[in-house]
Amino acid sequence: MNLKPETLKRIDEVIPHYPVKRSAVLPLLHLIQEDAGYISKDAIEWIAAKLELQPINVYEVVTFYPMFRQQPIGRRHVKVCRTLSCALLGGYKTCETFEKEFKTHRGEISPDGEVTIEFVECLASCGTAPVVMIDDDLHEKVDVAKAKALSDQIKAEAKKR
Amino acid sequence: MAAPSQRRIIFKHIDEPGYTNDLACYVRNGGYEMLKKAVAMQPAAIIDEVKKSGLRGRGGAGFPCGVKWGLVDRKSGKPIYLVVNADESEPGTFKDRYIMHQDPHQLIEGIMISAWANNVKQAYIYIRGEMPHGARILEKAIAEARAANFAGPNILGTNYSCEIYVHRGAGAYICGEETGLIESLEGKRPYPRIKPPYFPAVLGLYQCPTIVNNVETLCHVKHILEMGGDTYAKIGTPNNTGTRILCVSGHVQKPGYFEYEVGGITLGQLLNEVCGGPLPGRKFKAVIPGGSSAKILKFGETFTLKNKDGSSRTLAVEDIPMDFDTLAACGTMGGSGGVIVMDDSVNMVEALANINAFYAHESCGQCTPCREGSLWMKKITNRMVHETARPDDGVLLKSVADQIAGRTICAFGEACSWPTQSFIAKFGDEFKGYADAKKNEEAAPLV
Repeated sequence: MNLKPETLKRIDEVIPHYPVKRSAVLPLLHLIQEDAGYISKDAIEWIAAKLELQPINVYEVVTFYPMFRQQPIGRRHVKVCRTLSCALLGGYKTCETFEKEFKTHRGEISPDGEVTIEFVECLASCGTAPVVMIDDDLHEKVDVAKAKALSDQIKAEAKKR
Repeated sequence: MAAPSQRRIIFKHIDEPGYTNDLACYVRNGGYEMLKKAVAMQPAAIIDEVKKSGLRGRGGAGFPCGVKWGLVDRKSGKPIYLVVNADESEPGTFKDRYIMHQDPHQLIEGIMISAWANNVKQAYIYIRGEMPHGARILEKAIAEARAANFAGPNILGTNYSCEIYVHRGAGAYICGEETGLIESLEGKRPYPRIKPPYFPAVLGLYQCPTIVNNVETLCHVKHILEMGGDTYAKIGTPNNTGTRILCVSGHVQKPGYFEYEVGGITLGQLLNEVCGGPLPGRKFKAVIPGGSSAKILKFGETFTLKNKDGSSRTLAVEDIPMDFDTLAACGTMGGSGGVIVMDDSVNMVEALANINAFYAHESCGQCTPCREGSLWMKKITNRMVHETARPDDGVLLKSVADQIAGRTICAFGEACSWPTQSFIAKFGDEFKGYADAKKNEEAAPLV
């Protein structure tokens, strides 16, 4: 495991938050996924050793929670809400717009490696439907036009890199 | 009748220009005065005030908060934990998000008062994984509160200490179920625990007595202390006290969040006057009043309810006051306060297919009736929409739903069956005639 010093520091800070080390499984998975992009087999074994658990104890957590992934994704992560309030106001069309803009399908990395688009369940912002999260940021009232604008922004930011 | 005005207690400062989420702004607005008052009181006296207030949990079940606190095992000698359920994920619900992002110190003050009242040594805020900014805001607010001696060691110069930590979830709806949340906090899959024996008040986090309260509920505690339990109990209606935040989404002109006295506004006033009525050229068709698992109400149906004096009254959907008890008497629930509105462009088979996909995705898989049943309901409604619909699919769906509810460890079994049961009961004709129904090309696809 090749983790950034900052990640290692935060890992050591978070473990004492709990009287039982096992409780730190989720925080460690979040920290490592933020650092490495996904949870590898090595990461599972590393966390297990760190928290004095068996690798299966970590693996069963990784496979249960939708936010943890075992393979890399595109540079940007676009999560479109699929659930009822967003769907009523066009969430499916929003998702299709992102798919078309990046010539990809939900759940896959786009051919240019720029995005992974995902349909997710309720993001708890139903009053401003349809909503989309791009990485950590929530975007509200994302209709087809706004989905196109956000796609253009992602493409422009990619060019600058 | 004109809609009453909002009574903003919890949301007093939400969206207020110039109000920021830092400690200085909170203190300028009278923040942490109630914590100072609390630590000068006997803990039991605070619990009494909360009991007198009649405060009912705002997370979904509406369980009386004071009773919940009263059940905590204080003789075990084990530490008592307070866990804040900030895993806001019931579809249609979006209230805790604003408290945590815009007014985090209100929550922290509510936590610290409740912690003092219950002799809690350690509190965790379990926030949904999809709110990374919220988690950072709370962490910063806790650090500020700690530096100002409102949290952490020797609070306000007393010998009482309590730390608060933020714990992020990772996208699983079942973590909103309190025992599932506890398992998740222990670093495991969030499989809900069976009750008895695992009542959190006795055998909760790390097998210690544990209180699990919703974000909004804990914020109310601060205001109960401020006005006194008896005065608070006069807000709202008997047994349905205080204010609550109603979140309206779907097919209305002006969706949003509104804080009213519980039962102080009817569903009709809320949707027609506050939210501006249906979209142009449309009519309301159905409404889910308390998060997507609450049973659906059909515009045009009426309810005959018994009054206390033995007489009866008839209510249309528009007449139902937004409280706990009347909604329950009408066969649904106030739940988490998430009101989802559907107009006449919506095909109910497709709406149910959307809901069924949610519950099939979120079933934890521990109990067979729910794991298999939720998936079957999704498959049936998906087949109806995308392949062939059979006239008796409604009967089949209902039979699957009827075999889940009541046969599972946690209330998810009911949560996933109630939509199907109520959609079939009220819109059975649409299920029967779906194969021949004309498609509304203008309507947004739901599945």
